[in-house]
Amino acid sequence: MSTTVYVPADAGAVSVGAGEVAAAIAAEAGRRNVAVRIVRNGSRGAYWLEPLVEVATAGGRYAYGPVTPADVPSLFAAGFVNAGAHPLALGLTDAMTWLRGQQRLTFERVGVVDPASVADYLQHGGYEGLKRALALTGAQIVQAVTASGLRGRGGAAFPTGIKWQTVLEQNAAQKYITCNADEGDSGTFSDRMLMEGDPFSLIEGMTIAGIAVGATQGYIYLRAEYPHAHAALKTAIAAAARAGYLGADVAGSGRRFELEVRLGAGAYICGEETSMLESLEGRRGEIRVRPPLPAVKGLFGQPTVVNNVVTLASVPWILAHGADAYAAFGMGKSRGTLPIQLAGNIRYGGLVERAFGLTLRELLYDYGGGTATGRPVRAVQIGGPLGAYVPASQLDTLVDYEALAAIGAMLGHGGIVVFDDSVDMARMARYAMEFCAIESCGKCTPCRIGSTRGVEVIDRILAGVDGERNVRLLEELCETMVQGSLCGLGGMAPFPVQSALKHFREDFRARLN
Amino acid sequence: METLQPSEHALVRRILDEHKARPGPLLEVLHGIQAELGFIPAGAVPVVAEGLNLSRAEVHGVVTFYHYFRRTRPGRHTLQLCQAESCQAMGAQRLTAHAQQRLGVDFHETTADGRFTLEPVYCLGNCACSPAAMIDGQLYGRVTPERLDDLIAAAPSGR
Repeated sequence: MSTTVYVPADAGAVSVGAGEVAAAIAAEAGRRNVAVRIVRNGSRGAYWLEPLVEVATAGGRYAYGPVTPADVPSLFAAGFVNAGAHPLALGLTDAMTWLRGQQRLTFERVGVVDPASVADYLQHGGYEGLKRALALTGAQIVQAVTASGLRGRGGAAFPTGIKWQTVLEQNAAQKYITCNADEGDSGTFSDRMLMEGDPFSLIEGMTIAGIAVGATQGYIYLRAEYPHAHAALKTAIAAAARAGYLGADVAGSGRRFELEVRLGAGAYICGEETSMLESLEGRRGEIRVRPPLPAVKGLFGQPTVVNNVVTLASVPWILAHGADAYAAFGMGKSRGTLPIQLAGNIRYGGLVERAFGLTLRELLYDYGGGTATGRPVRAVQIGGPLGAYVPASQLDTLVDYEALAAIGAMLGHGGIVVFDDSVDMARMARYAMEFCAIESCGKCTPCRIGSTRGVEVIDRILAGVDGERNVRLLEELCETMVQGSLCGLGGMAPFPVQSALKHFREDFRARLN
Repeated sequence: METLQPSEHALVRRILDEHKARPGPLLEVLHGIQAELGFIPAGAVPVVAEGLNLSRAEVHGVVTFYHYFRRTRPGRHTLQLCQAESCQAMGAQRLTAHAQQRLGVDFHETTADGRFTLEPVYCLGNCACSPAAMIDGQLYGRVTPERLDDLIAAAPSGR
């Protein structure tokens, strides 16, 4: 009888040695003649504990971490396959305070299941949502998604059901479901974790979307920076097709749904939905002017659903448990749960899925444990490179779409990057403009030219040239970009700059002399 | 414009045959070429354009739009260092300066011995283990200057 040992194949875990740990466990088991079956699962999201090794015991999964290859002989000597005592022992995984306090719906299987196994997915409640969906009409599925209150988790927070309704209403011979997996915001990794740890939930969500709106072809647009997720998706899509969950006859329903992964090529702008569609069609990722909306005229000119990974992967849970069950989580217009990602200078970085309604402070200190350096938090950036910097004085703000908007910030894709008091906010403001200049698609002038001029103006401020006048010029430039850009890149890149000027003006003043 | 070697030409034709029936195949074709050759040679552009019934300008425009596509041959190894905010918060600038000094190159350059090409990257999705780096598609987290030295030294001299 072999013992099952879980060692994550999640890219983040692998980046700190999970591959070497898995190899060391296999080798040591061979030497000691101990029968182990190693499953390469996703990550639980507790990255400070990676590589986190779990052992299946009669009482549940028992965790050890962070494990290095050098720890492996002592783990065997301590009898870790029977949950033996060891300095790295963390107890039962499910009893860990950090995990127990979470409300994992979308991420319920991430880090739990074998991401390559349809059988394991089914055993953990997979494809229950599809089964329910196949008994409903398209309009009823869309109604359930609308009633759940699910909003786009990619950043724009548009109600998913309304988008699907528009596509459902279109008459077209071909419709498409596209998944925006171009997760380019710094501080975000929930899409990556999900695709690597539970790819079938995304596949199932896209299949349900296809059944709902009458689309037979899906594309996942994945960023090229995610080779591990690419491999996991390709494996899972092939396995789902073999098991009859993709193809001409989805789960014996007579309905068709095909799915393919397409790789981006290192362009941040392709996370903007119309730019993503251009890129999927094999062109430069220049944004399209809306209208028409992609839901009316999207990929190859056909009605197209464009949703983020987490959005689509939340759909199976909603269908399986009911819209009301999902809407029971959260507050106000922010319903359900949000996978929040704690990143940057943070002691306990990782993924926290909770219903909307926590404050930044609770997330940063109760879950995150403060900064990694032990110095005071000075600022956090929420929602990626286009998100405002929030000063430590505003950490009691609730993390939901409306509360953050009220302080001039945005939730975006739920990534929170923490900076300690050594951060130079004028430099961060310069970086925001520089990033926009590097990544601008070039279609509109405020973004293409404004970002470059923004870098130059900040450089003059930093050099102490005509400081007051250049700060005023920078403020005007920001306003021009916000008002005049065609899409969110040029329209929001000024937000971190404006917030830095507003909350951390002293960092600019220091150079005025 | 430099022309392709006969073997490279055959390779590009094979990749075109593999993808051209698919909708919107250009990025897939370019990925295929770069995966095999390490970059997109200028001589491949007219071949791809003809194969997909596009203009050279369209193909050139796509190759140059995307940061990932290279137009020059890379070193035997490619080191990408994340420059985005999360990694900046954990010392990416110091790590970058260290790498540039150690390898003796700036971003987008290749070492004189052709061993390493250094590239910036804007987020590798490893933000809870910042700062992050990638070498030949392998991801590394919590990278200190010392660990980076070890990784550079450990990269095999051949591919």
